[in-house]
Amino acid sequence: MNIYDIVFYLFAAITLVSAFFVVTTRNIVYSAFNLLFTFFGVAGLYVLLGADFVAVVQIMVYVGGILILILFGVMLTNKITNVQIKTGTLQVIPAVIGVLLLAGVLIFKVFLGTEWKSVKTDIPVKTTAFALGKLLITDYVLIFELLGILLLVVLIGAATIARREK
Amino acid sequence: MNIIPIEYYLVLSAFMFAVGITGVLIRKNAIVVFMCIELMLNSANLALVTFSSYLGNAAGQVFVFFVMTVAAAESAVGLAIIIAIFRNKLTVNIDEINIFKW
Repeated sequence: MNIYDIVFYLFAAITLVSAFFVVTTRNIVYSAFNLLFTFFGVAGLYVLLGADFVAVVQIMVYVGGILILILFGVMLTNKITNVQIKTGTLQVIPAVIGVLLLAGVLIFKVFLGTEWKSVKTDIPVKTTAFALGKLLITDYVLIFELLGILLLVVLIGAATIARREK
Repeated sequence: MNIIPIEYYLVLSAFMFAVGITGVLIRKNAIVVFMCIELMLNSANLALVTFSSYLGNAAGQVFVFFVMTVAAAESAVGLAIIIAIFRNKLTVNIDEINIFKW
């Protein structure tokens, strides 16, 4: 068994198990912390795939930004004094049946039923940041600028919506 | 590097997506629904990076940045909306947020 296989199975297990706990845990603070492990597992898989820059950005943006934002949401919407932090579920059986059908079609028909082309490449020794930066300011510069405007709009919009009205 | 078949990554991504959909469907707390949306976006990102890596084309990783940006925007605005709703209704239970119903 190759070292790559071991690392892949390790990170895949971390990702799947903690993703499962995000959904099933009753306490939403535990859900948030399990989400942290999911993000780290996915970042490890990015490193294994040779996407080092994306992995670092994943940790910085998701763990450092989105997860902190979600934790703030948890803290702002649940009072510490009342035990509203546990939440229930609804319609579990039909939802699980529907999702299993969808996942079965997705896995067995689409993913395993298609001949995927793949180029045999070795482990990239140089970083991908140079190629990504070049693509961002040449081929995809319009989307890049639009996303900048989107972030500005979001900055103003989120502050306006969350602000306490007089 | 490409000793692991590409299908393994895709199946893992599909499982993550399925777990995310399940969470969106069965959980009552709006913030947990948010976390599950992030799970689904992450599984899509994983598939994009997989294709990018196995095809030797960096464009897929650029799309991952776009997805991350939109995910950050979505979570910021969404949590602002949730906080605004919580301030008015004192709940984030999506069963009880039915103010558009009449």
